[in-house]
Amino acid sequence: MSRLKWLVPTIYIVFLMLPIYWLLNMSFKNTNEILGGFTLWPREFTLANYAKILTDRTWYMGYVNSLAYVLMNTVISVTVALPAAYAFSRYRFLGDKHLFFWLLTNRMAPPAVFALPFFQLYSSIGLFDTHIAVALAHCLFNIPLAVWILEGFMSGVPRELDETAFVDGYPFWKFFIRIFMPTIAAGIGVACFFCFMFSWVELLLAKTLTSVDAKPIAATMTRTASTSGYELGLLAAAGALTIVPGAVVIWFVRNYIAKGFALGRV
Amino acid sequence: MSSKTPNQKAWWLVLPVVLLVAFNAVIPLMAVVNYSVQETFGNNEFFFEGVRWFQQVMQSARFREALQRQILFTAIVLAIQLPLGVAIALAMPRRGIGLSICLVLMAMPLLIPYNVVGAMWNIFALPDIGLMGKGLNELGFSFNYTRQPVAAWITLVAMDVWHWTSLVVLLAYAGLSAIPDAYYQAARIDGASKWAIFRHIQLPKLKHVLLIAVLLRFMDSFMIYTEAVVLTGGGPGNATTLLSIDLVKIALGQFDLGPAAAMSLIYFLIILLSSWLFYTVMTRDEEH
Amino acid sequence: MARIHLEQLSHSYRPQPRAEVEADWALRGLDLQWADGGAYALLGPSGCGKSTLLNLISGLLQPTQGRVRFDERDVTALEPGQRNIAQVFQFPVVYDTMSVFDNLAFPLRNRGMAEPDVKARVIEIAEMLDLGASLANRASGLTADGKQKISLGRGLVRSDVAAILFDEPLTVIDPHLKWRLRSKLKELHQRVRRTMIYVTHDQTEALTFAEQVVVMFDGQVVQSGTPVELFERPAHTFVGHFIGSPGMNLLPCEVDAAGVARFAGHAVANASRDLNAARGKKTELGVRPEFVHFAGVGIPVQIERASDVGRFRIVDARHGAQLIKLLVDEGEPVPERQAHLVFDAQRTRVYADGWAVA
Repeated sequence: MSRLKWLVPTIYIVFLMLPIYWLLNMSFKNTNEILGGFTLWPREFTLANYAKILTDRTWYMGYVNSLAYVLMNTVISVTVALPAAYAFSRYRFLGDKHLFFWLLTNRMAPPAVFALPFFQLYSSIGLFDTHIAVALAHCLFNIPLAVWILEGFMSGVPRELDETAFVDGYPFWKFFIRIFMPTIAAGIGVACFFCFMFSWVELLLAKTLTSVDAKPIAATMTRTASTSGYELGLLAAAGALTIVPGAVVIWFVRNYIAKGFALGRV
Repeated sequence: MSSKTPNQKAWWLVLPVVLLVAFNAVIPLMAVVNYSVQETFGNNEFFFEGVRWFQQVMQSARFREALQRQILFTAIVLAIQLPLGVAIALAMPRRGIGLSICLVLMAMPLLIPYNVVGAMWNIFALPDIGLMGKGLNELGFSFNYTRQPVAAWITLVAMDVWHWTSLVVLLAYAGLSAIPDAYYQAARIDGASKWAIFRHIQLPKLKHVLLIAVLLRFMDSFMIYTEAVVLTGGGPGNATTLLSIDLVKIALGQFDLGPAAAMSLIYFLIILLSSWLFYTVMTRDEEH
Repeated sequence: MARIHLEQLSHSYRPQPRAEVEADWALRGLDLQWADGGAYALLGPSGCGKSTLLNLISGLLQPTQGRVRFDERDVTALEPGQRNIAQVFQFPVVYDTMSVFDNLAFPLRNRGMAEPDVKARVIEIAEMLDLGASLANRASGLTADGKQKISLGRGLVRSDVAAILFDEPLTVIDPHLKWRLRSKLKELHQRVRRTMIYVTHDQTEALTFAEQVVVMFDGQVVQSGTPVELFERPAHTFVGHFIGSPGMNLLPCEVDAAGVARFAGHAVANASRDLNAARGKKTELGVRPEFVHFAGVGIPVQIERASDVGRFRIVDARHGAQLIKLLVDEGEPVPERQAHLVFDAQRTRVYADGWAVA
């Protein structure tokens, strides 16, 4: 029985790869072939769809915009989360438990609830259709997540490290940046990974807060589907390209994935 | 682990986080609360309405049906993803190149933008040009998720399982890796069967991560929007109109601010209460 | 109960170990017999192979070479569950969700014993371990020493157990509870008379528990004997140095043409006979601080320091670059600066390349 154990993850992975394979399959066909018949691999292999996306400004800017606000959000979220997580990990202060809990409840906020209010809020301060708007909006759920992850890792570092540094005369920020952060490097990596992930995949808020200048790739894709009527090959190629940043990120953190999911708390 | 020292100046460290999150949370929520108790006829004129919107929402058949569909959906996906995720984690290799490949491939669905996930499955399940749709029809099933509610549900559930089971797998795997070898060695000596090992060693040690997994999956499946909307648009008819989809239709589609706001608050409250309940029940068990 | 025989056991953790390379092997050419019902200790520093040996006996590891026999029966291929041994690990293993009673009953139930028999047996063992009062409690609530007792109990509860193996079981126990658990183990051994093999790097634990101690170093057995034998007649410099506090003095010596052992030119009378065989190898003189005395004539030394350790004093004396320790009773005077030392000839031996010369 245990010799067939490898069958379980294998079947599961095959299941995971099927829709992706189908998407790739379609991206290398032109729309005629897709609608004309059913083929398991492209009879007329074409790179035209990818070429269009990589050369047409309205298309590739979508990726640039998405990457822009995702990176902004990751930097902002992790940067402000670091001192906050330290405070939760090392100090007791008035309202600390309630504050922590309140932060976590924001992770439970349905984006659907916030779509319209965000639209009004960010429009009213003149940030509609900017990258920073989406970056800030995603902070709603990414900052609590980053604080939670980092606090878990920080609690695993003994206080003696801090105390030794202070006795040695380190000012707080120097200690934090030179000594403490390298110690929790894995935790920072995990937090960045999750912030990147949840910001990259989120669509509702990103679409609501943008229209032209900061339009994410997802919005471009849906626009294409409705206006120029179902250019399936093009859509498939666009979709396939959105998988690339994710794949790259996973490849780089592959050694930390299992450890990281322990979130320092297991 | 040493205890924390009292220090009120810690608030300075927490301030940026509080400001950013409060800006995004408190202001919009206040607006939502505002709308939920007011009526507008345009021209920025508002009239206080008290709890009228709340009553309207709670009594509307449309809301109740959406809620029922949502509960059904969440129950089904939790029932599938949790045991499946644990089973896969148990069967995964413990080390080596096989493990790396497994982890990387399994993590991929988690990093695909939600709309692409929806679009992929939208095409994948189509009866004429999709591998799954065409395949099922070739096998003799009459499968068209754009027309048949059951087919739409099956596709929706399959998509969510495809999308999120890996999260459970990765969490469970991390939990299993933390079990020291000595436990397995002792069980071998005690002559324990595989099932006994699972029940008495692995499952208890997994409780903590499984709690995280249950909470995350419950919250996220309850809030599901983009993938579902791109897949079925809530259809056919409103067969797959889950809570978020309904809410966005009312809020952004019809601009019915009052009912939308009331519904939003009820929605948020349901998630908060359920999560709190889950959390309390499962951690109370640990304290015994 | 059984006699355990380890035949020419060698083990390597590498998939393809090379025979000539010593470093590839965790254990080399071990041949040991454990008599039925004895209390043994496996003593050695970290990394010497004692845990490997224990796991080979219990079946958690399959040996690269050699056989394991219980009473002439070849059990090398058998799984731990089939071998009639029990093992207590370094860190307490209890089944958290079960009560103390269910924990103790677990191995019996797995083997299909009838419930009334299970109950009787569990109660009997629980009484022996002073766990009778906590049988209904959840196992996870006990302290570390309680949990180790449960681990021990799971081994004792099976009447077919040939041997109980202990892998440094007191590591996580609080110091003041260690001696209590140690005494309990000794008491249990006397009552139950099951073969017990106790692995440790702590000489006190080994010497107080065992009737026979096997000292290991670098994958080999260097000496096997009673605690007294190990103390008085160490067969290897490692035994001399590791056992006793402070350990044996090891002084470089030469064997001259006449076959006389000399330390720094001075002839030293000793118990080794066949010194000619030792010529050409690295030779050392070994004598315990207990058997070094002040005398009118002998090896001249400078007194460096005298530390008071209660009933006696440890004196550090120096001859040239060489430090020699000796123990001096409470009442005895210690010379101020210079003195002469003699070694008790019967208790002094010459070691060649680490091994005692006969």
